[in-house]
Amino acid sequence: MECTPSAVSLREFGCEQNLLSRPDGSASFTQGDTSVLAAVYGPAEVKVSKEIYDRATLEVIIQPKVGLASVKERAQEQCVRESCEASLLMSLHPRSSLTLVLQELHNDGSLLSCFLNAGCMAMMDAGLPMSCLFCGVTCAIHTDGSIITDPTAAQEAESRALMTFAVGNKERQVMMTSTKGSFSVQEMQQCIAISQAASEKIFSFYRESLRRRYSKSV
Amino acid sequence: MLSRLKAKVGSVLLPGDEFCLDTTAKADTISLAGPSKADKVVCGPGLRRSGDRLLAYKSGLLRHKEPNMFWLDAQHKRYVPAKGETVIGIVTAKSGDVFKVDVGGSEQASLSYLAFEGATKRNRPNVQVGDLLFAQLIVANKDMEAELVCVDSAGRANGMGVFGAGGFLFRVSLALARRLLAPNSDLRAELEQLFPCEMVVGMNGRLWVKSSSVRRTLVLANLLESCENMTPAQRRQIFSRLAQGAF
Repeated sequence: MECTPSAVSLREFGCEQNLLSRPDGSASFTQGDTSVLAAVYGPAEVKVSKEIYDRATLEVIIQPKVGLASVKERAQEQCVRESCEASLLMSLHPRSSLTLVLQELHNDGSLLSCFLNAGCMAMMDAGLPMSCLFCGVTCAIHTDGSIITDPTAAQEAESRALMTFAVGNKERQVMMTSTKGSFSVQEMQQCIAISQAASEKIFSFYRESLRRRYSKSV
Repeated sequence: MLSRLKAKVGSVLLPGDEFCLDTTAKADTISLAGPSKADKVVCGPGLRRSGDRLLAYKSGLLRHKEPNMFWLDAQHKRYVPAKGETVIGIVTAKSGDVFKVDVGGSEQASLSYLAFEGATKRNRPNVQVGDLLFAQLIVANKDMEAELVCVDSAGRANGMGVFGAGGFLFRVSLALARRLLAPNSDLRAELEQLFPCEMVVGMNGRLWVKSSSVRRTLVLANLLESCENMTPAQRRQIFSRLAQGAF
């Protein structure tokens, strides 16, 4: 299976930064029909019970579209938090709090990777110090063995395994993995290679959207 | 590496972009005078050294000032206290000999009651909770609580201290505050042509304006808040319309 960036097909994505007035940074990210809104507050005051003496305290809050957050959202929060903690320079703001709030606007598959992408763009917009960027890519393995990147909700329902990777922009390292279903080691390695190829497209999209944003400034 | 950095001046850098500091070995020319001097680069906000590399940790435009100063010009809203900056603070508490002042950072800054012009232990300054202060940060790093003073190194107030009767305080982005404070700011020149006003600019993104009437003050406040998103041409158009439409 080819692993060049051009061979990997992702749905059309779009992003808007700095759209909310109250948070320090905000971004909305859409992948096909899946849409997420992210807001970042920080570095701000932290409760004494939660403060860490040499690093910032990162809190991730995920809100589903309907209903209250449940165990599933807590698991997704944990995944997003691991990726963020690996890329943020937390030691530059000790005894401060960084809060990332993610609101699901519409879920048509690949929700966790959309959360990761929106979170990264919002943190860049807020100016939080980061040592590298990260992006999320989801792969679904169909029952006949074919691998689909950025699946829709219908494709996810038919798949036998679903994997989400957070890939960093320094040597395309894998920062976080979240998997569901049964698959072989070879299939996982193939998915990792495909995700790393797909991340090139996403990172060049980040660069292009930032270049456009700064091209309008005086 | 200096030449590689200079080549990127004016382009957008993303977090994770690195420049290698190693200048030895791979030179094209053979220098007969001996080993070449290592480049010295002064990193401003947005750039830091990590190991043997120079890392960009924010997103922004790379700017350069001769001979070797580089920094990232970014558009952010959240203020992080830095030493030497003049900010507008709001007094939130008086505890013993110290005022607690909110400057917009992650914690409150402290201001000693002796740090005012002409203040002694018997002659305390007249500062109440809720007052606006224009002060300078003398201690501001990530490990210690920020400290402010309202007096310069010679003991004179120099424009700092309590102010605020009759004006209006509002928040703008840090980039707009820096633009207003720049030496040859055309934004400030255009504002001066509009109508007479008093303005205090804090580098923490807080702006205070006062004009001859409440209406004019509000017009100025709205104008400055919307200046961030306008191109210079649009701005000049609005300013000229205001100058004619006489408020």
